[in-house]
Amino acid sequence: MATQTQDIQVRDKREVKSDAEQTIPGRVFSPNVDIFEDDQALTIVADMPGVPSENVSIDLRNDVLSLSGVPSVSVTEKEEYVLQEYDTGKYFRQFTLSEVIDQEHIEAKLNNGVLRVTLPKVGPAKPRKIEITEG
Amino acid sequence: MLIRRLENWPFEGLSGGASELDRLRRDLGRLFNGLPRVNGWDTPAGVFPLLNVSQDSENVYVRSEVPGITLDQLDVSVTGRSLTVTGERAIPDEQSNVRYHRKEREAGKFRRQLTLPTDVDNERVQAKYQHGILMVVLPKSEKAKPKKIAISG
Repeated sequence: MATQTQDIQVRDKREVKSDAEQTIPGRVFSPNVDIFEDDQALTIVADMPGVPSENVSIDLRNDVLSLSGVPSVSVTEKEEYVLQEYDTGKYFRQFTLSEVIDQEHIEAKLNNGVLRVTLPKVGPAKPRKIEITEG
Repeated sequence: MLIRRLENWPFEGLSGGASELDRLRRDLGRLFNGLPRVNGWDTPAGVFPLLNVSQDSENVYVRSEVPGITLDQLDVSVTGRSLTVTGERAIPDEQSNVRYHRKEREAGKFRRQLTLPTDVDNERVQAKYQHGILMVVLPKSEKAKPKKIAISG
Protein backbone atom coordinates (compact mmCIF):
# COMPACT_ATOMS: atom_id res chain seq x y z
CA MET A 1 0.00 0.00 0.00
CA ALA A 2 1.39 3.32 -1.03
CA THR A 3 -0.50 5.55 1.33
CA GLN A 4 -1.11 4.73 4.91
CA THR A 5 -4.44 5.83 6.27
CA GLN A 6 -5.06 6.51 9.88
CA ASP A 7 -7.55 4.52 11.89
CA ILE A 8 -10.72 6.34 12.85
CA GLN A 9 -10.89 7.14 16.54
CA VAL A 10 -14.04 6.77 18.58
CA ARG A 11 -15.70 9.98 19.60
CA ASP A 12 -18.87 10.26 21.60
CA LYS A 13 -21.73 12.22 20.18
CA ARG A 14 -21.99 15.70 21.58
CA GLU A 15 -25.31 16.37 23.15
CA VAL A 16 -26.97 19.74 22.63
CA LYS A 17 -28.08 21.46 25.80
CA SER A 18 -30.69 23.97 24.86
CA ASP A 19 -32.34 26.60 27.02
CA ALA A 20 -35.63 26.11 25.31
CA GLU A 21 -37.46 23.00 26.32
CA GLN A 22 -38.48 20.62 23.59
CA THR A 23 -42.05 19.73 22.94
CA ILE A 24 -41.15 16.19 21.93
CA PRO A 25 -38.93 14.46 24.47
CA GLY A 26 -35.73 12.87 23.31
CA ARG A 27 -32.06 13.59 23.10
CA VAL A 28 -30.52 16.02 20.68
CA PHE A 29 -27.01 15.71 19.30
CA SER A 30 -24.74 18.06 17.44
CA PRO A 31 -23.62 16.56 14.13
CA ASN A 32 -19.97 16.68 13.12
CA VAL A 33 -19.46 19.10 10.25
CA ASP A 34 -16.95 20.22 7.69
CA ILE A 35 -17.30 23.81 6.58
CA PHE A 36 -15.40 25.29 3.68
CA GLU A 37 -15.77 28.06 1.19
CA ASP A 38 -14.47 29.25 -2.12
CA ASP A 39 -15.24 32.41 -4.05
CA GLN A 40 -18.64 31.21 -5.14
CA ALA A 41 -20.14 29.38 -2.21
CA LEU A 42 -20.01 28.29 1.40
CA THR A 43 -20.48 24.54 1.87
CA ILE A 44 -21.45 22.69 5.02
CA VAL A 45 -21.16 18.90 5.18
CA ALA A 46 -22.79 17.24 8.19
CA ASP A 47 -22.87 13.61 9.35
CA MET A 48 -26.43 12.65 10.23
CA PRO A 49 -26.56 8.85 10.22
CA GLY A 50 -30.02 7.32 10.22
CA VAL A 51 -31.81 10.36 8.85
CA PRO A 52 -33.88 9.94 5.67
CA SER A 53 -34.14 12.93 3.35
CA GLU A 54 -37.76 13.67 4.24
CA ASN A 55 -36.73 14.23 7.87
CA VAL A 56 -34.12 16.91 7.21
CA SER A 57 -34.91 20.56 7.61
CA ILE A 58 -32.72 23.46 6.65
CA ASP A 59 -33.71 26.94 7.65
CA LEU A 60 -32.00 30.24 7.02
CA ARG A 61 -33.30 33.40 8.58
CA ASN A 62 -31.60 36.51 9.88
CA ASP A 63 -28.17 35.09 8.96
CA VAL A 64 -28.71 32.06 11.17
CA LEU A 65 -28.64 28.71 9.43
CA SER A 66 -30.31 25.85 11.28
CA LEU A 67 -29.81 22.23 10.31
CA SER A 68 -31.91 19.54 11.88
CA GLY A 69 -32.62 15.91 11.21
CA VAL A 70 -34.71 13.19 12.81
CA PRO A 71 -33.52 9.61 12.36
CA SER A 72 -36.04 7.00 11.35
CA VAL A 73 -36.56 4.52 14.15
CA SER A 74 -35.60 0.99 13.28
CA VAL A 75 -35.42 -0.75 16.67
CA THR A 76 -38.59 -2.76 17.23
CA GLU A 77 -40.26 -3.12 20.60
CA LYS A 78 -39.54 -6.84 20.78
CA GLU A 79 -35.81 -6.25 20.81
CA GLU A 80 -33.83 -5.91 23.99
CA TYR A 81 -30.39 -4.38 24.09
CA VAL A 82 -27.43 -6.58 24.82
CA LEU A 83 -24.86 -3.85 24.27
CA GLN A 84 -25.50 -0.18 23.63
CA GLU A 85 -22.44 1.83 22.73
CA TYR A 86 -24.11 4.81 21.08
CA ASP A 87 -27.27 6.77 21.69
CA THR A 88 -29.70 7.87 19.06
CA GLY A 89 -31.59 11.10 18.88
CA LYS A 90 -32.26 14.12 16.77
CA TYR A 91 -29.52 16.20 15.20
CA PHE A 92 -29.47 19.96 15.49
CA ARG A 93 -26.89 22.63 14.84
CA GLN A 94 -26.93 26.33 14.09
CA PHE A 95 -24.44 28.60 12.40
CA THR A 96 -24.30 32.34 12.07
CA LEU A 97 -23.33 33.27 8.54
CA SER A 98 -21.16 36.26 7.90
CA GLU A 99 -21.65 36.24 4.14
CA VAL A 100 -24.69 37.35 2.22
CA ILE A 101 -26.25 34.20 0.76
CA ASP A 102 -28.29 33.85 -2.39
CA GLN A 103 -31.26 32.22 -0.68
CA GLU A 104 -32.96 31.24 -3.91
CA HIS A 105 -30.13 28.95 -4.93
CA ILE A 106 -29.32 27.04 -1.76
CA GLU A 107 -28.80 23.39 -2.58
CA ALA A 108 -28.96 20.42 -0.24
CA LYS A 109 -28.16 16.78 -0.87
CA LEU A 110 -28.38 13.83 1.49
CA ASN A 111 -26.42 10.72 0.69
CA ASN A 112 -25.88 7.76 3.05
CA GLY A 113 -26.43 9.87 6.12
CA VAL A 114 -24.25 12.78 4.98
CA LEU A 115 -25.95 16.12 4.39
CA ARG A 116 -24.28 18.58 2.07
CA VAL A 117 -25.60 22.12 1.92
CA THR A 118 -24.22 24.55 -0.66
CA LEU A 119 -24.90 28.22 0.03
CA PRO A 120 -24.01 30.39 -2.97
CA LYS A 121 -22.67 33.82 -2.11
CA VAL A 122 -24.19 36.92 -3.52
CA GLY A 123 -21.54 38.54 -5.68
CA PRO A 124 -19.64 41.30 -3.90
CA ALA A 125 -21.08 44.72 -4.44
CA LYS A 126 -18.92 46.33 -7.07
CA PRO A 127 -17.33 49.56 -5.86
CA ARG A 128 -19.21 52.28 -7.61
CA LYS A 129 -17.42 55.44 -8.44
CA ILE A 130 -19.51 58.41 -7.62
CA GLU A 131 -19.09 61.28 -9.89
CA ILE A 132 -19.07 64.63 -8.29
CA THR A 133 -20.22 67.40 -10.45
CA GLU A 134 -19.13 70.87 -9.77
CA GLY A 135 -21.29 73.86 -9.86
CA MET B 1 -17.09 -1.27 43.41
CA LEU B 2 -18.76 1.67 41.81
CA ILE B 3 -19.41 -0.32 38.67
CA ARG B 4 -20.92 -3.17 40.61
CA ARG B 5 -23.35 -0.87 42.32
CA LEU B 6 -24.40 0.80 39.09
CA GLU B 7 -24.95 -2.53 37.41
CA ASN B 8 -27.50 -3.44 40.00
CA TRP B 9 -29.39 -0.21 39.79
CA PRO B 10 -33.00 -1.32 40.06
CA PHE B 11 -34.36 0.89 37.32
CA GLU B 12 -32.01 -0.27 34.66
CA GLY B 13 -33.84 -1.40 31.56
CA LEU B 14 -37.19 -0.07 32.66
CA SER B 15 -37.03 3.21 30.80
CA GLY B 16 -37.14 3.08 27.04
CA GLY B 17 -34.15 5.16 26.08
CA ALA B 18 -30.65 5.27 27.46
CA SER B 19 -30.66 7.17 30.71
CA GLU B 20 -27.92 9.37 32.07
CA LEU B 21 -26.99 6.40 34.19
CA ASP B 22 -26.57 4.11 31.21
CA ARG B 23 -24.25 6.62 29.69
CA LEU B 24 -22.30 7.03 32.89
CA ARG B 25 -21.91 3.28 33.08
CA ARG B 26 -20.71 3.19 29.51
CA ASP B 27 -18.18 5.94 30.10
CA LEU B 28 -16.95 4.15 33.18
CA GLY B 29 -16.82 0.92 31.22
CA ARG B 30 -14.57 2.58 28.74
CA LEU B 31 -12.41 4.02 31.50
CA PHE B 32 -12.02 0.67 33.20
CA ASN B 33 -11.77 -1.19 29.94
CA GLY B 34 -10.45 -4.65 30.65
CA LEU B 35 -12.17 -5.19 33.96
CA PRO B 36 -14.71 -7.98 33.63
CA ARG B 37 -18.35 -7.01 33.88
CA VAL B 38 -20.27 -8.57 36.70
CA ASN B 39 -23.14 -10.08 34.78
CA GLY B 40 -22.66 -8.90 31.23
CA TRP B 41 -20.79 -10.51 28.40
CA ASP B 42 -19.09 -7.53 26.84
CA THR B 43 -17.92 -4.03 27.60
CA PRO B 44 -17.87 -1.09 25.22
CA ALA B 45 -14.67 -1.56 23.31
CA GLY B 46 -13.93 2.06 22.49
CA VAL B 47 -13.19 1.09 18.91
CA PHE B 48 -14.79 2.68 15.84
CA PRO B 49 -17.44 1.93 14.73
CA LEU B 50 -19.55 1.88 17.86
CA LEU B 51 -22.08 -0.94 17.87
CA ASN B 52 -25.52 -1.39 19.30
CA VAL B 53 -26.45 -5.04 19.74
CA SER B 54 -29.96 -6.22 20.48
CA GLN B 55 -31.87 -9.45 20.25
CA ASP B 56 -35.34 -10.92 20.19
CA SER B 57 -36.32 -14.58 20.24
CA GLU B 58 -35.42 -15.08 16.57
CA ASN B 59 -32.47 -12.85 15.73
CA VAL B 60 -29.51 -10.90 16.97
CA TYR B 61 -29.32 -7.38 15.52
CA VAL B 62 -26.13 -5.37 15.21
CA ARG B 63 -26.40 -1.72 14.22
CA SER B 64 -23.68 0.81 13.60
CA GLU B 65 -23.48 4.42 12.48
CA VAL B 66 -21.03 4.69 9.61
CA PRO B 67 -22.21 7.62 7.49
CA GLY B 68 -20.88 8.45 4.08
CA ILE B 69 -19.22 5.28 2.89
CA THR B 70 -19.85 3.22 -0.21
CA LEU B 71 -20.73 -0.46 -0.15
CA ASP B 72 -17.44 -1.55 -1.67
CA GLN B 73 -15.64 0.10 1.26
CA LEU B 74 -17.50 -1.98 3.82
CA ASP B 75 -16.97 -5.61 4.67
CA VAL B 76 -18.93 -7.74 7.11
CA SER B 77 -18.02 -11.33 7.93
CA VAL B 78 -19.12 -13.94 10.45
CA THR B 79 -16.99 -16.82 11.67
CA GLY B 80 -18.51 -18.99 14.36
CA ARG B 81 -19.63 -16.56 17.04
CA SER B 82 -17.41 -13.75 15.87
CA LEU B 83 -18.63 -10.83 13.76
CA THR B 84 -16.09 -8.62 12.03
CA VAL B 85 -16.80 -5.24 10.45
CA THR B 86 -14.00 -3.67 8.46
CA GLY B 87 -13.93 -0.77 6.10
CA GLU B 88 -12.56 2.55 5.16
CA ARG B 89 -14.23 5.91 5.19
CA ALA B 90 -12.88 8.21 2.55
CA ILE B 91 -13.74 11.88 2.43
CA PRO B 92 -13.07 13.05 -1.12
CA ASP B 93 -10.92 16.13 -1.51
CA GLU B 94 -12.68 19.32 -2.39
CA GLN B 95 -11.33 21.64 -5.00
CA SER B 96 -7.94 22.95 -4.06
CA ASN B 97 -9.02 26.57 -3.82
CA VAL B 98 -11.37 26.06 -0.88
CA ARG B 99 -10.62 27.38 2.57
CA TYR B 100 -11.66 25.16 5.46
CA HIS B 101 -13.27 26.72 8.53
CA ARG B 102 -14.06 23.47 10.30
CA LYS B 103 -13.00 19.90 9.75
CA GLU B 104 -14.69 17.67 12.28
CA ARG B 105 -15.55 14.67 10.14
CA GLU B 106 -12.95 11.94 10.18
CA ALA B 107 -11.71 9.68 7.45
CA GLY B 108 -9.76 6.50 7.86
CA LYS B 109 -9.80 2.77 8.20
CA PHE B 110 -11.70 0.82 10.80
CA ARG B 111 -11.91 -2.74 12.02
CA ARG B 112 -14.17 -4.00 14.73
CA GLN B 113 -14.67 -7.49 16.05
CA LEU B 114 -17.53 -8.58 18.28
CA THR B 115 -18.35 -11.81 20.04
CA LEU B 116 -22.03 -12.57 19.52
CA PRO B 117 -24.20 -13.39 22.54
CA THR B 118 -25.52 -16.64 21.03
CA ASP B 119 -24.79 -19.09 18.25
CA VAL B 120 -26.15 -17.88 14.92
CA ASP B 121 -26.98 -19.49 11.61
CA ASN B 122 -24.05 -18.16 9.60
CA GLU B 123 -25.61 -19.05 6.26
CA ARG B 124 -28.61 -16.78 6.77
CA VAL B 125 -26.91 -13.63 8.05
CA GLN B 126 -28.07 -10.50 6.23
CA ALA B 127 -26.54 -7.03 6.17
CA LYS B 128 -28.09 -3.79 5.00
CA TYR B 129 -26.66 -0.28 4.65
CA GLN B 130 -29.20 2.51 4.59
CA HIS B 131 -29.06 6.20 5.52
CA GLY B 132 -25.51 5.68 6.78
CA ILE B 133 -26.45 2.93 9.20
CA LEU B 134 -25.18 -0.60 8.90
CA MET B 135 -27.59 -3.20 10.17
CA VAL B 136 -26.71 -6.88 10.41
CA VAL B 137 -29.46 -9.39 11.15
CA LEU B 138 -28.13 -12.69 12.48
CA PRO B 139 -30.76 -15.44 12.86
CA LYS B 140 -30.18 -17.46 16.01
CA SER B 141 -29.31 -21.09 15.50
CA GLU B 142 -32.07 -23.54 16.43
CA LYS B 143 -30.41 -24.64 19.64
CA ALA B 144 -29.94 -21.04 20.78
CA LYS B 145 -33.63 -20.12 20.41
CA PRO B 146 -35.79 -20.21 23.50
CA LYS B 147 -37.90 -23.37 23.72
CA LYS B 148 -41.24 -23.52 25.39
CA ILE B 149 -41.40 -26.55 27.60
CA ALA B 150 -44.76 -28.22 27.94
CA ILE B 151 -45.57 -29.07 31.52
CA SER B 152 -47.54 -32.22 32.01
CA GLY B 153 -49.83 -32.41 35.01
